[in-house]
Amino acid sequence: MEPYARGRRLVREQPGLVIVAAVALLLVADLFAKLLGGGLTPARFGGFVWDGLVIGLLIGLAGIGLSLTYSILGFANFAHGDYISWGAFSGWAVAYLLAGIDRYAAGGLLLIGAGNGPAPGDVGVSITNTPLSIVAGLVVAVAFTVGVSLAVDRFVYRPIRSADGITLLIASIGVAFALRYLIVFFFYSGRQGVTDISRVPSYDLGGVVINAHELTIVVVGLALMVGVHLLLQRTKLGKAMRAMADNRALAQVTGIPVEGVIRTTWILGGGLAGAAGYLVVLTQGTIAYDLGWLLLLLIFAAVIMGGIGSVYGAIVGGLVIGLASRLSLIWLTGDLSSFAEPVAFGLMIFVLLFRPEGIFGGVSTA
Amino acid sequence: MSADRAPIDRLPSDRLDRFRELLERSDAALVLTAMAAFYVLFLGIGAILNYDLAGLISILGQVTFFTTVYALVVLALNLHWGYAGLFNIGIAGFMAVGVYTMAMLTAPPTGSPPGLGLPISVGIVGGMLGAALIGLVTALPALRLRADYLAIVTVAISEIIRLTYNSPAFSTFTLPGGIALGTGGANGIGDFPSNPVRAIYFTDPGSAASGTTPIGTAVFGFFETVFGVFRSAVIVDLTYGLVLVVVVFLVYTLLARVGNSPFGRVLKAIREDEVVAKSLGKDTNRFKIKTFMLGCALMGLAGIVWQGFGTGAVYPQAFRPELTFYIFIAVIIGGAGSNTGSVLGGAVFANLLFLLPQYLPNIIEQTFAIEADPNNFIAAVGPIAAGEIAPLFGYVLNQRLPALRFVFVGVLLVYLMQNRPEGLLGHRTETAAAVDLSEGHTPGAATQPDPTAPGNETGGGDDE
Repeated sequence: MEPYARGRRLVREQPGLVIVAAVALLLVADLFAKLLGGGLTPARFGGFVWDGLVIGLLIGLAGIGLSLTYSILGFANFAHGDYISWGAFSGWAVAYLLAGIDRYAAGGLLLIGAGNGPAPGDVGVSITNTPLSIVAGLVVAVAFTVGVSLAVDRFVYRPIRSADGITLLIASIGVAFALRYLIVFFFYSGRQGVTDISRVPSYDLGGVVINAHELTIVVVGLALMVGVHLLLQRTKLGKAMRAMADNRALAQVTGIPVEGVIRTTWILGGGLAGAAGYLVVLTQGTIAYDLGWLLLLLIFAAVIMGGIGSVYGAIVGGLVIGLASRLSLIWLTGDLSSFAEPVAFGLMIFVLLFRPEGIFGGVSTA
Repeated sequence: MSADRAPIDRLPSDRLDRFRELLERSDAALVLTAMAAFYVLFLGIGAILNYDLAGLISILGQVTFFTTVYALVVLALNLHWGYAGLFNIGIAGFMAVGVYTMAMLTAPPTGSPPGLGLPISVGIVGGMLGAALIGLVTALPALRLRADYLAIVTVAISEIIRLTYNSPAFSTFTLPGGIALGTGGANGIGDFPSNPVRAIYFTDPGSAASGTTPIGTAVFGFFETVFGVFRSAVIVDLTYGLVLVVVVFLVYTLLARVGNSPFGRVLKAIREDEVVAKSLGKDTNRFKIKTFMLGCALMGLAGIVWQGFGTGAVYPQAFRPELTFYIFIAVIIGGAGSNTGSVLGGAVFANLLFLLPQYLPNIIEQTFAIEADPNNFIAAVGPIAAGEIAPLFGYVLNQRLPALRFVFVGVLLVYLMQNRPEGLLGHRTETAAAVDLSEGHTPGAATQPDPTAPGNETGGGDDE
């Protein structure tokens, strides 16, 4: 009778959770009904899953940094989205420059086509056409964003390191504003095309169309995640970070160089954010000054879902959020498709309400 | 200021001191002085730009409008954050609910999108209730959360609200009774009841050509003969600004009363230490929910008078999170926890950071005659090598001034958090006792009633 009693207690103590679970079960049942009844072709379903995985991988990648800084420095960094945007702009400026330097003036290329610069179709950036420039751009995106996040930490967060989380959060909103509109100052405020979509080969896997850029994202994203895993598991750093997240004062008296760990956290988090921003543009094909901000709430959703401080939680949370926002399109058809993002936000709110420690339950760093 | 023209040379410093003392003691004097300074500043700008009298009056109307709408919503946020410590960054969403509800209730049924065609007063009350209701829905579960989680939840809800209004799904829909209604999707609602102030002047508030009421004839005639101002719109705007001043005064009085009531003291206790408030037997959640709903209703009202009657059309893009952060910066400039500071912070933000940059390019261009207008950054900095700096100025002034304003606002926010997190007037001495204990200004005599408060409190001074 034990499980029965537990079930009754759950209904009594958390009726909201039971309702949410019931709705989730209903949706899964409806999904199977649709798949079996032919209302949803497997190819279409596979397409949603693939899209969700690609965007979820990027959200997870960006979320690792946010999760680490959240737990180690103790504040929600609202500027994280704009690190992502700077990663995208710095990386693509270089990718553009290298891809078109033999035909166009360097200025227009460096500004990614700002003010009548060369058009994406003419520059022809794509992974198969100009693979070297894409790779160089990725490296620059990572390096530049690491620089930005270290500089911001030095001049903004370090002077108020001991302040409470809300003070730091508000300061990070200021940083977000400054960084976002510096992009507008140097580049532009609209959304512009970047990659040459016509020259991206795509492959048909049983009806699911996968293009080379999405494949690149998955390969690079997985490689970076494995790298982070090795870094945290095979070095003393992971242990130091865990200790820092748990109790900073205690970590300090045991001789862990606190500022050093914080710097490493920013390097790791900033670099991954920059890479994620660069890769987001690769899948979307367009670049905009607020692309990181638009992703930030989804990233928060992933990080909270995975449990703040948990690297693997952030990755899984990112995949869940990515899949949820894309799979919701199975039901949200026509005019309702604009609700894919609110679905992800709603999911985050539910997690915060019913399981604020994350779905994996309070696992801290790594 | 007034002390500058003192008849005897030895007196000015004495008078200045007395003036400063007055400012420190009287909130009204402080706000009025600041507003007088802003009016003088913008009249000066109008004079530099060679505006005629109608233009000058129009500038004054603008200053009044933006100061009051900012003050209104900053006051509402101060109730949340300054009094109860609720870190709400979904302000834009609650403003949107207020103005959209009002618009949907009052828009004509024949309009596009159709509304219910109810009277404006019903619309305003409905808008405030709608915002309060959404506030309740947010507050019921979210207030159990930590401050930073509450922040993320409120910003997510504000985005959900904006995306819902933006969605084509509800651009027009039919209620069960067969009544058509709509949000207008991305285009918003343009068919709007006209500003009620116009009813004072025009027989048909919807059109200025309909003829004037007796009051309208008298006032317009007065302005024509005395000032030679023929544009009635200028006078309508100015009147609306004055109405808003009254609204802000009423809201200020309401919040001051709330703050000084037993209810307000519980709120301050919650802000400083919720556990203590709970241990005294206060149902802190109930207090927080009530406060959250009241603040949201006021945000709804601010949305109505700002976007609704002020702009005359409502569309979802106006409620991006940037708006929320504007309000936040204003409350931080003023100082959280102070109603006077909120009004002052709203005024400073609206005038110096919002309105002034709109006039700046005109003034600079008129003074320096900058012709160059390059359309990208490289074209702007390239000529510097050849000793030409004008293209860079042209680029900054003509193309990128709004962006630089945001950068400046961000840097200012960081500066404030690093150096003056309490703002201009934040957390001044707050009397926890029902009677004023600071009467005699005897240092050390009055026991500090609030041991949990941060150490930056200064003794003496007055309550807000």
